[in-house]
Amino acid sequence: MIRHDPLMLRVSRIESLSPTLRRIILKSANGEPLPVAGPGAHLSLTLASPKKVYRNSYSVVSFSGDHYELIVRRVEDSRGGSAFVHENLKEGDLLPSTVPLNLFPIQVGSRKRLLIGGGIGVTPLLSFAKVLQESGDRFEMHQFVREDEKEVFENLVQGVGSKNIHIHTRRPKDGEIQALLEEQPLGTSIYMCGPDGLMAAVDEAAEALGWPENHVHREVFGAAGGKPFKAKLAKSGCELEVGENQSLLEAIEEAGVPINSLCRGGACGECMTSLLEGDPEHRDHFLNKEEKESGKLIMPCVSRAKSAQLVLDI
Amino acid sequence: MSIAYKPDETFRDDFVYSNSDAAILRFPFPFIEDEYMYSVNIEPHVRGGETGAFDAVFDVDEHYIAECRERAMVLEQDPNRCMVLPHMMTAQWDTLELIMESLAEDYPEDFTLEKDGDAWTWTNRPLGIKDSFVFGDVDSLPLEPFEYITRQAQGDFTLQDQRENNLFMDGGMVTTQADWSLEFDLGMSFHEWHGPVPVAHEINVFDRALQYLLRLQYGHPVRRLNWTMTVNPRLDTSPENYPIWGPDRMTLTPENIGGKLHLRVELQTLFRLPRSNAILFGIRCYLASLDELTSVPKWGRRLHRVLRDLHPEIAEYKGTTRYREMAVEYLSQFDDGEPTSSGIGPDVESL
Repeated sequence: MIRHDPLMLRVSRIESLSPTLRRIILKSANGEPLPVAGPGAHLSLTLASPKKVYRNSYSVVSFSGDHYELIVRRVEDSRGGSAFVHENLKEGDLLPSTVPLNLFPIQVGSRKRLLIGGGIGVTPLLSFAKVLQESGDRFEMHQFVREDEKEVFENLVQGVGSKNIHIHTRRPKDGEIQALLEEQPLGTSIYMCGPDGLMAAVDEAAEALGWPENHVHREVFGAAGGKPFKAKLAKSGCELEVGENQSLLEAIEEAGVPINSLCRGGACGECMTSLLEGDPEHRDHFLNKEEKESGKLIMPCVSRAKSAQLVLDI
Repeated sequence: MSIAYKPDETFRDDFVYSNSDAAILRFPFPFIEDEYMYSVNIEPHVRGGETGAFDAVFDVDEHYIAECRERAMVLEQDPNRCMVLPHMMTAQWDTLELIMESLAEDYPEDFTLEKDGDAWTWTNRPLGIKDSFVFGDVDSLPLEPFEYITRQAQGDFTLQDQRENNLFMDGGMVTTQADWSLEFDLGMSFHEWHGPVPVAHEINVFDRALQYLLRLQYGHPVRRLNWTMTVNPRLDTSPENYPIWGPDRMTLTPENIGGKLHLRVELQTLFRLPRSNAILFGIRCYLASLDELTSVPKWGRRLHRVLRDLHPEIAEYKGTTRYREMAVEYLSQFDDGEPTSSGIGPDVESL
């Protein structure tokens, strides 16, 4: 399958689960079959509010062939995307999205999987629990939620039909995570998603108990974009604004300045460009450590700026 | 336009094989310039490229029927050419879906996929196959899904599981290979199975390629070209059968080399599979003789220069040592010293 972003989706149904939780059902806007969302996959939606365009990533809770199910929490101090979903998004609205991207897949080879979630971090774990329950693989899930949301979360996990899911209506107590890890059989893998504090506690406990690093997995969303910055092209005399959802390479191409590229993923070296000024944020796998530290080269397909401006020698 | 298949071609014994003019012009000639060195030459696999070989997700050409028959013969003699480890069943279904959907979309006259929920019907007209089955139910197909569908596709396929920040070759259908063995490599990690390749390790090609592939995204496949040379149009140059094809190299003479020595190009494609998160690696093999390739003036000039100046270790790894000098001498008559255009396109519209 070859897909070109964006994938055009239509909001088919919105359901309020609690004052801060909304279930969103998305269907294909043009009737074409939807790309498959495996367990752990997420969609990056383009949310165009009147003020600003947001690009937010949400885990796909379930995929049924003709729709994706998302659950969106309204975050107090959000960048505005989740507030937009709660206040402005209506059934029938068109939403451009990326093809499902999975940076949090279930990996083979574990004797048992321990799923640990906090709050809205339940969303990818729900997709895991369904698949593991169906395949008969051994798993245990612990979900930490606020007292007033107990019922909502109990309803969410009820659909999985597993006795191995435990809802805790409080934060984990001191030593509780470590005790949970201690009682797991050898060969268990952890999959976690939740607030930083919870994930740090799991990391700490796993390290203290000598768990192999590659047995601890966490939700990650793609980091394609970043803070906007300015780029000055010395030879062609252009000044560009690189947007938060745009790569430096894309901005150069948009300005019509010729630049080579091939893999567009920081591996092949084709778009390597000399850097005259500025502090780069290297995200590629092509330049070696010395080259990165020299600050004289940059791979514009993936790398960005720590400083407000970069000056390139093209 | 429908494809004029050549069902009676053979890739062994009497070697009844040739490329039509159209097939020569659509050949994925692998050299973008007059010299060759390893690089991470990966680009997005989108429909369309410098020759017709890049027009479809999985390219089907005039050799399709004959190649599928050749594959069946190899499997009959050596069933272990198709092996998939038990934990890759989800990846098997992902593969079946990807190949069926792509062939049906790219070649609607030849392939049809009808779906009613999980009840699917697959029609393959060139091979005369029509099967109804339940997607996800292994017992509803005559073979396991990966073997079932890769018996109906040109080129080899391997399945890579992704875990522990590495890729493991945990399955494959390998009958048209350039001297490597699935049975030997099965279960190996990325650096293990690339161990024998010279030079590339020193320039960190494999570290970078692995990092890139670990981030390969669903819906955004990538491709690259690789090449070697083969005496006679033989698809199955496997280590298992070395005693059969190894001696072929002794049969080349300055008189027969133009028709007997073939450039072997692999159009390699890599797809992230959505349910299993595995990677499907397609290795689609194309064969064209020196005489066929030199009918395109640009390719004749370039092939001469690339072979003449090839890095000695790469020349040895590709098994060309025994005949390279003879080939360079033969090809020199097609090289008038004129410059060549960049890129792989033939620069001519007809032969």
